[in-house]
Amino acid sequence: MSVTGPPAKGGQALPPRQLPRLLQPGAPLPLAGHVSRYGPVPFRRSGAELIAEVRRAGLAGRGGAGFPAGRKMHAVAAATAGRKPGLLHTARGSVVVANGVESEPASSKDKMLLGRSPHLVLDGIALAAAAVGASRAYLCLHDGHPGLTSLLRAAVTERERAGVNRVPIQVTEVPGGYVASQETALISFLNGGPQRPAFVPPRPFERGVHGRPTLVQNVETLAHLALIARYGAAWFRGLGVPQSAGSALITVSGAVCEPSVLEIELGTRIGDLIERAGGPAEPPQAVLAGGYFGGWLPYPAALNVRMTDAGLRGAGAALGPGVLVLLPASACGLAETARTIWYLASQSAGQCGPCLNGLPALATAFDEVAFARPGRDTQGWARQLLALVAGRGACHLPDGTAALAASALRVFGHDLRRHAASGPCPRAWRAPVLPEPVLPEPGGQDPTP
Amino acid sequence: MSHRLRVNPITCQAHGVCAELFPERITMDPWGYPLIAPQPVPDELLGHARRAVAACPTLALLLDRLD
Repeated sequence: MSVTGPPAKGGQALPPRQLPRLLQPGAPLPLAGHVSRYGPVPFRRSGAELIAEVRRAGLAGRGGAGFPAGRKMHAVAAATAGRKPGLLHTARGSVVVANGVESEPASSKDKMLLGRSPHLVLDGIALAAAAVGASRAYLCLHDGHPGLTSLLRAAVTERERAGVNRVPIQVTEVPGGYVASQETALISFLNGGPQRPAFVPPRPFERGVHGRPTLVQNVETLAHLALIARYGAAWFRGLGVPQSAGSALITVSGAVCEPSVLEIELGTRIGDLIERAGGPAEPPQAVLAGGYFGGWLPYPAALNVRMTDAGLRGAGAALGPGVLVLLPASACGLAETARTIWYLASQSAGQCGPCLNGLPALATAFDEVAFARPGRDTQGWARQLLALVAGRGACHLPDGTAALAASALRVFGHDLRRHAASGPCPRAWRAPVLPEPVLPEPGGQDPTP
Repeated sequence: MSHRLRVNPITCQAHGVCAELFPERITMDPWGYPLIAPQPVPDELLGHARRAVAACPTLALLLDRLD
């Protein structure tokens, strides 16, 4: 691999030893500047070589599920190699879908990355496409950010003119909605269908866009991949912990002095992360880790929890897409959760009965828990509903909602008893801390089953 | 050799036929959608399971062989 050799003339930078890896300071580099900083896209003779390097690096998907990127790439590459062209399947090659839709309301790290390092993401798409034998690629972005879309379209055109692209990359705008960027919903949309999750199997690696094996990866995952291809697995593992390797982008918001997107070493303590975001702006009471499919952690116990998937899961939350919200003591955790459950219920694609019926029922029960005086019946019913919805949809919307609700009942147990004894606290009516976007129905579809 | 029941939650329309035909493993939630017991279907109950699968009006009930 020539790229780890001496710096190219023009002063190509050596691999960064420390942070930042992904978020370079300053304006986004044009292609020429990008190439002089990172070197050309290091295509290899065999795709298997890069996939093996990604597996050695232990890169986990950064879109929320944390699935090992190398395993996913291997599955797509194997499905592509084993595919026999038939009567209806004349097109060869697989498809790469770069997911930059970022529909998690409290997350902005993918938009930040795309705006700051567009060519790093595009390098990752090109390398992943070469590794899995793809003949075309899509970069999916949320349709609410036209400036970002034009920036990425211009970057793709720049690469086409320079002859860097081996497979065409199409920048596609996708309508919003929480489940809109779920991978099977994205594939259905690219196939011209409704933007709704599908029942698996077949999984995308078997049959995805145009019926071809499809690799769906988050844009941050692809940017890491572009660096692993250049500097290797050992370099990637130079940050992080063995089970959670490398760095990650985290969106920190809520009651911190400087809400921001930070690139951190995985394994960082939540307390240190909050300090990097300027520290608490007012006395905190809890932390939401992992976004709306994550969970609440009590403060100050949360401070010593480490930002790894295992660490957060052990504590009752998740790494998810890298979201951390600090909840001030002046807010009511039950009210925050109730509003978020309403939002998540409104995002159901309406396909699966337990989700279509269960999430509004859960939201109604939580409404009473947060804004009225919940009796034993309501509390018991809320707990029953958690078990009734979890794991019973085609996508993870019911499971994620149940996990968030369960963590609220655990962490805000004290508030729950107070609400039950003397009605809701005045804090329930303060301005919401968790963002709750008003969005059209997913894909503009009628939610009736 | 045992089998496992699964439901496709998208195609299921809560007709409730499966819970009627195979109460040993399938009950209904408050909205009429099937709740499937997690344990595998033993050979002696396989006939009931197959009947429930065949009777589903939307073909949403699936029986997988576990090997």
